Amino acid sequence: MTFEAPSVETMVRPALGRRVATIAQRIISFLATLAVTFVGLTAVTFFISRLTKIDPVLSVVGDKATKAAYDLAYHALGLDQPLVVQYLIYLKRLLSGDFGMSVLTSQPVLSDLLRVFPATLELSTVAIIIGVAVGVPAGVVAAARKGRWQDHVIRVVGLFGYSVPVFWLGLIGLFILYGQLGWVAGTGRLDVFYDGEVTPRTGLMLVDAALDGNWEIFSNAFSHLILPAGILGYFSLAYIARMTRSFMIDQLGQEYVTAARIKGNSFWRTVWRHAFPNIMVPLITVIGLSYASLLEGAVLTETVFAWPGLGLYITHALFNSDMNAVLGGTVLVGSVFITINLVCDLLYKLFDPRLRSQ
Amino acid sequence: MTDTLASWLQSDAPTSRRQAVAGNAYRAVRSILTNPTAMAGLLIVVLLILMAIFAPLLSGGKSPLDQDLAMRLAAPSAAHWFGTDELGRDILARTLYGARVTLTIVLLVSVVVVPIGLAVGTIAGYRGGWIDALLMRITDIFLAFPRLILALAFAAALGPGIENAVIAISLTAWPPYARIARSETLTIARSDFVQAAVLQGASTWRILFRHIVPLCLSSVIVRLTLDMAGIILTAAGLGFLGLGAQPPTAEWGAMVSSGRDVILDQWWVATIPGLAIFIVSLGFNLLGDGLRDVFDPKSA
Repeated sequence: MTFEAPSVETMVRPALGRRVATIAQRIISFLATLAVTFVGLTAVTFFISRLTKIDPVLSVVGDKATKAAYDLAYHALGLDQPLVVQYLIYLKRLLSGDFGMSVLTSQPVLSDLLRVFPATLELSTVAIIIGVAVGVPAGVVAAARKGRWQDHVIRVVGLFGYSVPVFWLGLIGLFILYGQLGWVAGTGRLDVFYDGEVTPRTGLMLVDAALDGNWEIFSNAFSHLILPAGILGYFSLAYIARMTRSFMIDQLGQEYVTAARIKGNSFWRTVWRHAFPNIMVPLITVIGLSYASLLEGAVLTETVFAWPGLGLYITHALFNSDMNAVLGGTVLVGSVFITINLVCDLLYKLFDPRLRSQ
Repeated sequence: MTDTLASWLQSDAPTSRRQAVAGNAYRAVRSILTNPTAMAGLLIVVLLILMAIFAPLLSGGKSPLDQDLAMRLAAPSAAHWFGTDELGRDILARTLYGARVTLTIVLLVSVVVVPIGLAVGTIAGYRGGWIDALLMRITDIFLAFPRLILALAFAAALGPGIENAVIAISLTAWPPYARIARSETLTIARSDFVQAAVLQGASTWRILFRHIVPLCLSSVIVRLTLDMAGIILTAAGLGFLGLGAQPPTAEWGAMVSSGRDVILDQWWVATIPGLAIFIVSLGFNLLGDGLRDVFDPKSA
């Protein structure tokens, strides 16, 4: 007796034209949402910039300016226009890449941001790799061993991740692993005497050192990176493991899992080969979301580890009342965050077969 | 006597509204009491509240602000159980008093966030149409924002301080409540008793406040408990960056920050307050998880 699987053709499937139309519609609505959310974000940052007690005119003309010069600058900045017009001017400037000048570095904020961004990118990329490499298997095991000790251990580890303040964990990590045991390097991206030894190409220290073939610096950079990345990774691990577990529990309750077991597949083969592929789509969304939130989590981590990325740049600017830099950083992080968020949402809608036909 | 009380409370056919309410409360309390996660969390939260109330008593009369420069950065000892900080202040006393600041922030954020979320969500869900579309679009926009960074920018613009930290956190924390309230409202608004109230001539506001809002509260409270940990961590993060409570107020995040420079030699300065933040947010997480198991078994 042969067992025949139903062929794809026999299943109800919308015509190609309609599917293309649906996908096009989804993409258009995605772009619209993206635009609206971006307008919302910039409206909020604009509002914040109006809340500050720092006079934007004085920061241009200086506090010794004459009344005439002040009024001229006041007019030039468009401050005598209605708020809506001021906002539109602000939006236009942002879109043309003009984030204003940083008071602290006397550089355009945008070029500052681009300079520090690779450090954050490197940190959060290594962190998400750790988070996925540990979090996904942990979540799958927790689901497969639901209610047993493995599940409880993973749940407790996850709960700790949800509860521990990241800046404190960083300090404790530095105290134990660097101060007491000396297993990792301290703060910063490299030991001081390696500064300027690497040819800056990508801004990613590991990649640049590897391109130079300088493995001494590579390993130094790695020992600087591993603690902050590990701590950030722990936070995404907690979230990824929890979500993986709940997706997996849904799948393992399905009839096809029982069928696969009856066919004689081993338990773990069923889990990994039959159930796991079915959670890939929501899982990718979750990973994308935690990647986005790592950019944010990096603010506190970078402050603790003196990691010269976006987070440290923003907090430095904060302490020096450099509002252009703070808001520029907020707009950049916010835009990346929103885009990743919405792209994940779009991917989910495009690839989940259950949503496709709707 | 206890027998009749229990059966009165557990009755399937309550004869009065009071009996129904009491019965529900009784069942909820019983299931919380039998849930170990919720109980562990509840214990920690109750301890936090006791710490805040009895801080002067528990610290043995030590002030959190009294400096003793001769004793600065002293290691834990019989006189100072958790050591002293860079100004010779007793860390135990500061940690105890810090519970008050944390509790204040948590309370203030809840008081601001829940009404906003409920108002937006129930109005959107009940009125529907363009009001719904508009309110939910605004909610989605706020939901997509990076919370910590935005709170940072707000706190930076408004100037540091507890009130501004609360405003900054609240501005980014309300959207999930609006979502929850809306989805609850959509179900409730369709039910017969609401239709009956409409037929009796009840005004929209009366229906919203008297019939819909009370029914949304349980999911909102569960969500609030789960969010507490996040709120505490954000507040502590702002404090750590110097944007929360200002010196010399004892605030846990700021205390960790003051121990930062001496972490390699005087570990206790940063460790103790950080541990306090950790335990309290763990408590709220445990309580929230437990409450969710009790009130909303589907999503567990």
